[in-house]
Amino acid sequence: MSDLFSKFDPLIEQREALLSSGLTDPFNLVMEKVESPTVAICNGRRTILLGTYNYMGMTFDPDVIAAGKTALDEFGSGTTGSRVLNGTYSGHKACEDALKAFYGMDHAMVFSTGYQANLGIISTIAGKDDYIVLDIDSHASIYDGCALGNAQIVPFRHNDIDALEKRLRRIPEGAGKLVVLEGVYSMLGDIAPLKEMVAVSRANGAMVLVDEAHSMGFIGENGRGVAEAQGVIDDVDFVIGTFSKSVGTVGGFCVSNHPKFEILRLVCRPYVFTASLPPSVVATAATSIRKLMHGADKRAHLWENSKKLHAGLKALGFTLGTEQPQSAIIAVIMPDLETGAAMWEALLKEGLYVNLARPPATPAGMTLLRCSLCAEHSSEQVDEILAMFGAAGRATGCI
Amino acid sequence: MDDSDEIYGRVKQLVDNFNKKGVPVTPDTRFQQDLEWDSLTVLDFVAGVEDEFDIIISMNMQAEIETVGQLADAVRKLAKD
Repeated sequence: MSDLFSKFDPLIEQREALLSSGLTDPFNLVMEKVESPTVAICNGRRTILLGTYNYMGMTFDPDVIAAGKTALDEFGSGTTGSRVLNGTYSGHKACEDALKAFYGMDHAMVFSTGYQANLGIISTIAGKDDYIVLDIDSHASIYDGCALGNAQIVPFRHNDIDALEKRLRRIPEGAGKLVVLEGVYSMLGDIAPLKEMVAVSRANGAMVLVDEAHSMGFIGENGRGVAEAQGVIDDVDFVIGTFSKSVGTVGGFCVSNHPKFEILRLVCRPYVFTASLPPSVVATAATSIRKLMHGADKRAHLWENSKKLHAGLKALGFTLGTEQPQSAIIAVIMPDLETGAAMWEALLKEGLYVNLARPPATPAGMTLLRCSLCAEHSSEQVDEILAMFGAAGRATGCI
Repeated sequence: MDDSDEIYGRVKQLVDNFNKKGVPVTPDTRFQQDLEWDSLTVLDFVAGVEDEFDIIISMNMQAEIETVGQLADAVRKLAKD
């Protein structure tokens, strides 16, 4: 009998080699207590969280928590059903109403995760003989949405407007076209030139989907994302988002003004064939989304944090993913996986948690220490973070 | 298929541009096993072929193409359509 697990041997070996040096496993951290959006207890030690995507710090908001508790009491712990059968409660509709209000759009569809939102929308709207043109650095959920469907998939070089336009022009006349872009790319924290890309897509007769998972609540005048900030949100057909970042719970969604949008509830398999979100989750999401509509002060503070961390890390001598801070993600580029893992562990011992990101999740085989800031990080915490980066960087010879 | 085949010749020229390891290229040379390009190199190479012949080679089509000769055949078909 051939062992189906043989294909994982190279990864198992790489992992064993890394851990045999006595290094803490960077992909197996347990948080024993979570004190706030920015502090947890890990291995008995108070740890500042700088890798949670909890951009707006809504996870401990008293109104959000109260809404969740009430829903638990009134609607129970789960729906045990699909949205199209017994799994739509008033809370799910209220959550979709909150999204429509937040984005100023006609339709909103809530999925059980952000991953499923991309999986469902992309695989359903682009059929056989249609073309999906996407940025090569797209998130795994976008690629998996492409793989689940059967459209023709055409990638283009990251953020390259010219490469996008060339491919759109060559698509056979009459074929359906969907361009898939992201507002913020989560690995390096860079943003897309959506103004130009959306214009080019429309000029070539393509529909446009933008994943704004990492910009919601933070970028744009109303926190609607990079498409809003660049003034093109009205030309975007579908915005995909998540509740597991700024909103502070779990779930995903798509908002749209397409007049036939509602039919997707019947034909989108990752929406139909899974249980809907628990009542407490949609209640926390709806409350959080409505509060994010009035989050201008928090947004301003988050930008200050991002700028301060970026400038501080640069001054310490680290190589960063972007020349200027473009989002709440600051990526520190490590020379290799071994150094990255050593630096990650040194930071953890200092009392700081960041994400260690490595191929295939990262572009161009890079190893990254990815930092995501929170509006609830105080300016003093950012100072502490910089001091820890300095100490860990010197201890591991990174700087 | 040999270098006198016009399309194969042009494809081979493009392969040579990215063939940093100097692998001898014939129509039977396999992209994955022989040339061992990383994903970014593949993207740039495919873009180069697309630009040269003004065609689109989707990822679906790429999955079916294993060798340089097969690519030349696919290009011939696409360029004619």
